[in-house]
Amino acid sequence: MSGFAIEADGLRKTFGKVTALDELSLAVPAGAVFGLLGPNGSGKTTTVSILSTALRPDGGRATVGGLDVVTDAARVRRMIGLAGQFAAVDPNLTGRENLTLIGRLSRVSRREARVRAAELLDGFGLTAAADRLVRTYSGGMRRRLDVAAALLHRPPVLFLDEPTTGLDPESRFALWDAVRGLSRSGTTVLLTTQYLEEADALADQIVIISGGRVADTGTPEQLKARFGTVVFHLVFGGQDAAEDARAALARAGYQPARDGAGVNVRSSAGSGVLPAVLRALDGRVPDPVSVAVREPTLDDVFLSLTRGRQAA
Amino acid sequence: MSTIAVASRPQTESRVTAAFAGIATALSDTADVAWRNLRSQLRTPQALVFATVQPVIFVLLFRYAFGGAIRVPGTDYVDFLMPGIFAQTVAFGAIGTAVGLSADLRTGILVRFRTLPMARIAVLGGRTVADLARNLLVVAVMIGVGFAAGFRAPNGAGGLVAALGLVVLFGYAVSWGFAALGLRVSDPEAAQAAGVPVVFLLVFTSAAFVPATAMPGWLQAFGTHQPVNALVSAERSLILGGPAAHDVLISVAWSAGILLVFVLLAARTYARMGR
Repeated sequence: MSGFAIEADGLRKTFGKVTALDELSLAVPAGAVFGLLGPNGSGKTTTVSILSTALRPDGGRATVGGLDVVTDAARVRRMIGLAGQFAAVDPNLTGRENLTLIGRLSRVSRREARVRAAELLDGFGLTAAADRLVRTYSGGMRRRLDVAAALLHRPPVLFLDEPTTGLDPESRFALWDAVRGLSRSGTTVLLTTQYLEEADALADQIVIISGGRVADTGTPEQLKARFGTVVFHLVFGGQDAAEDARAALARAGYQPARDGAGVNVRSSAGSGVLPAVLRALDGRVPDPVSVAVREPTLDDVFLSLTRGRQAA
Repeated sequence: MSTIAVASRPQTESRVTAAFAGIATALSDTADVAWRNLRSQLRTPQALVFATVQPVIFVLLFRYAFGGAIRVPGTDYVDFLMPGIFAQTVAFGAIGTAVGLSADLRTGILVRFRTLPMARIAVLGGRTVADLARNLLVVAVMIGVGFAAGFRAPNGAGGLVAALGLVVLFGYAVSWGFAALGLRVSDPEAAQAAGVPVVFLLVFTSAAFVPATAMPGWLQAFGTHQPVNALVSAERSLILGGPAAHDVLISVAWSAGILLVFVLLAARTYARMGR
């Protein structure tokens, strides 16, 4: 077995006329937190479904722990846990009942399932709600229960499909902590997300996919260096003032661009340089009417990726 | 049970033992899934109430509103009616299987089940067994309602119990038909809407409520050669008395046939999901 917990090679999947995956390949080192980034419809869920044996690829091949996800699906299932984008827990069971059921179906003994359920409910802050029906849970509680359900049989490989989409910040950070804890204990985690920030906070390695293909790959630091451009948007009282500001910023070593009464300044050094940008204007031109800071988004990454492809 | 112990099992144990272990796993998983579905149903009692209300209304309607105008030679109308009501109860109740599975499909629970090392058949087995238990409950209520409305099962308790056995077998078989349907519709309302006309057609072209002799010839030809009618005829032979063997055999054959076809079809549909 190679050092990779998950390997995919040339995965293809079409739904009718829609190509969901187009020769997608990736390799996740054992013990890593691996981020799969992409916008809606880019193929993230399809990839996770195939790797977790819920969906068969039309072409290509994938292994988990060295076992083929199609021909050895039964053994792969013993190694994996899946928490989906849609919290797949039964609303008419209590949290504890959901966990013991999933535990039993994951081939855990009745007694062990009970013990594990109690442990996980505690670990995910659900002990107080353990014996309430899940239909009374908040979205964040359901999501945490869903992740807990994926962990009952202590799988060495965990798939989390957009685990924090729609969660409030507190629930999101609690989930991040849980993922970090799992990673420390040696679990390999494949995580899909739409948020660069989330991948940055958790992942050792990131693959960005777009249109079912790998668009780019690297560590968060590498990707940020490549695409992490902050844009400051300064608006002035008029075009003349804006032009003066542009000239002042250019003299100060920035690369400003004027657009009507507005000036855009790009910086790859993060939003922390804003005071320096404003100091470069101080006393030379009238103060800007408004200042907006636009952090880099995944959209920027995709825009630059597609632009790069067209140029090439 | 650790992963390694399970993986090495086929090498150390005989194939027969492995097969028995497989069956034991399938039964245990089916029981767990059935337990989950039953719990879930008991906690949405509205569904259970509606499943009971419809046949109760039919008893009242046919016993008191229409019954006076329907003449059945040689027997009290209510004794003629109740076998039809039992058949109607389980046939409509079986639609619940489609509704439940399509709801599981929509919530994503079936995706999770597909990624668990559980027996594949347990998802469908657990669902149909839970629906069988619910059917038993509703049929028990209908017996009570029947007796309150004057039903007396003239051929005695043995005949009634045997008839109810046929009813439950039929209900279970039809549940598998609706399991195959539910797996193809990821919307409980659509599953309900698709199921009702089929059951409606079979129940109302049968002699469940009215003797088939009153129907035009073409309808009678269809109505007397379909499974609901076979069930109702067999039930009447057992409940009202008379030679029953032939009717019972036909009804059992229908149920066995439906069961066989739809267990295979539903299992195949489930196995092919995600391809």
